[in-house]
Amino acid sequence: MNEPTRPLPHTNEMDTREFWAATKDKELRYQQCDDCNTVVFYPRRHCMGCTSGNLTWKLSKGFGTVYTYSVVRQSYHPFFRGKVPYAVAWIELDEGPRMLSNVIEVDDPSADVQIGMKVELVWEEHEEVNIPLFRPAG
Amino acid sequence: MNQRDAAIVGIHEHQSRDVEGKVSALQIKAESAARALEDAGLSWSDVDAIYDAGDGGGMNGLTIAEYFGLKPAVIDTTNVGGSSYEFHAAHAKRDIASGKANVALLTYGSTAHSNARAIGVGGRGGGGHHPADNMDMFTGMTLVANYAMVAHRHMHEYGTTSEQLAEISIATRCHAMRNPDAVRAMEDLEFLDIRETTIDDVTNSRMIADPLHLLECCMISDGGGAVVIASPEVARNCSKSPVWILGTGEATKYPQTSADITTSAGAYSGTQAFGEAGISPAEIDIAMIYDSFSITVMVLLEDLGFCQKGEGGAWVEGGRLRFDRPGDGPALNTDGGGLSSNHPGMRGIFLLIEAARQLRGESCSQVSDAKLAVAHGNGGMLGSRHAAGTIILGRD
Repeated sequence: MNEPTRPLPHTNEMDTREFWAATKDKELRYQQCDDCNTVVFYPRRHCMGCTSGNLTWKLSKGFGTVYTYSVVRQSYHPFFRGKVPYAVAWIELDEGPRMLSNVIEVDDPSADVQIGMKVELVWEEHEEVNIPLFRPAG
Repeated sequence: MNQRDAAIVGIHEHQSRDVEGKVSALQIKAESAARALEDAGLSWSDVDAIYDAGDGGGMNGLTIAEYFGLKPAVIDTTNVGGSSYEFHAAHAKRDIASGKANVALLTYGSTAHSNARAIGVGGRGGGGHHPADNMDMFTGMTLVANYAMVAHRHMHEYGTTSEQLAEISIATRCHAMRNPDAVRAMEDLEFLDIRETTIDDVTNSRMIADPLHLLECCMISDGGGAVVIASPEVARNCSKSPVWILGTGEATKYPQTSADITTSAGAYSGTQAFGEAGISPAEIDIAMIYDSFSITVMVLLEDLGFCQKGEGGAWVEGGRLRFDRPGDGPALNTDGGGLSSNHPGMRGIFLLIEAARQLRGESCSQVSDAKLAVAHGNGGMLGSRHAAGTIILGRD
């Protein structure tokens, strides 16, 4: 009987496949428009700020701040129900994009995760992709 | 002065919250439609426009028309989650005002409970192949955690407390205990303790996703309903008094850099709707606000302008939202809401139905001389991407 595993992204989804391909090299990427500087996240093929659509992939340094979070104590998912309690959080990356992730490497997520705390990227390794998670910075 | 160019003339809420797998969602829709038409004194042949959230599979706008045996001139299958029915009501008013339709039929049916779908307390957010889902799915964010993140930020910014959020749960439970259908729903869904609740009951209930407790989460029921909206010419000859659609608003919101998660799309749809109706929130007697979770109502009371942003916590204290406190502002969710009466997944239609009951004088928790109501639906997820629909209703 196999252990349930974390649900992983589809690597062939047309808008996000380059994002996930870059995670194989442990690169956290986002897009910015050459013409109007709009930061685009989640990834797309078009710019939402102008119609020119000249998007360039940028590399995040992997530092950010917890904008808000919750500690999940009940999940029916076969993988996550074995992980409770765990923290999900909106992470505001220093470069601007706000991404959903988990805050890990804390003893008690209720006590040790705070709004406004600085976090840093840590990769959870998988075969096809690596998953961008965060831990308290420093 | 607002335009009285469309009115709710027929309503029906399916009574059972647990059909034990013996009735389909389509059957709930058709039965509810027939009862709502009877309520109006109309029949299938009067209907020339249908509005359905397209949750019946591919080509739903076509298949639902055939299932009902209708050949409508207008079909609208807008699906924005639980607020779909506020969008439908707004579109029905627009379509009737433009002369494209005279009698609009809105339908909803769901067997979420029988299907054991996890909506309220443990369901997964996202999934599937949409690029947004493909970015979020690895996190294990549940539906309640999505809303809980709004609650945490609200507490952080404004000092809102769990005790203040609990006021929303106990007000709706107070109303549910007066509604026999809601009491039966709680019995059928095997609620452990079916009675009026206290703030302590709520804050001592199990934490589901910090900071939201079990009694701050909606139930997962079966159910459905229908609403009939008609032109003034038709409405004048219907069985029941018309409930006029005085103003409508629609808006969306999604995660963006620097966006304030404590303000929902309701701030925009509400402004539109109140502006069109030409009334202020202070005039509202009945607030039917989508109570998927306690925090949803807290945010929306602020966004709709009942109080300032961040002041909702203090504003709801002391039982202010109860039906028997009319001098203090609107009564909240007088049917018992999604928290304690009915939540089959997309409860926006029940907001319209109970608002209409109040303005007709038919509610189990009737506010005396109720004249104006707001029905506000929030579809999708408050903490990420959602669609807001606001409908202002008034009687003659």
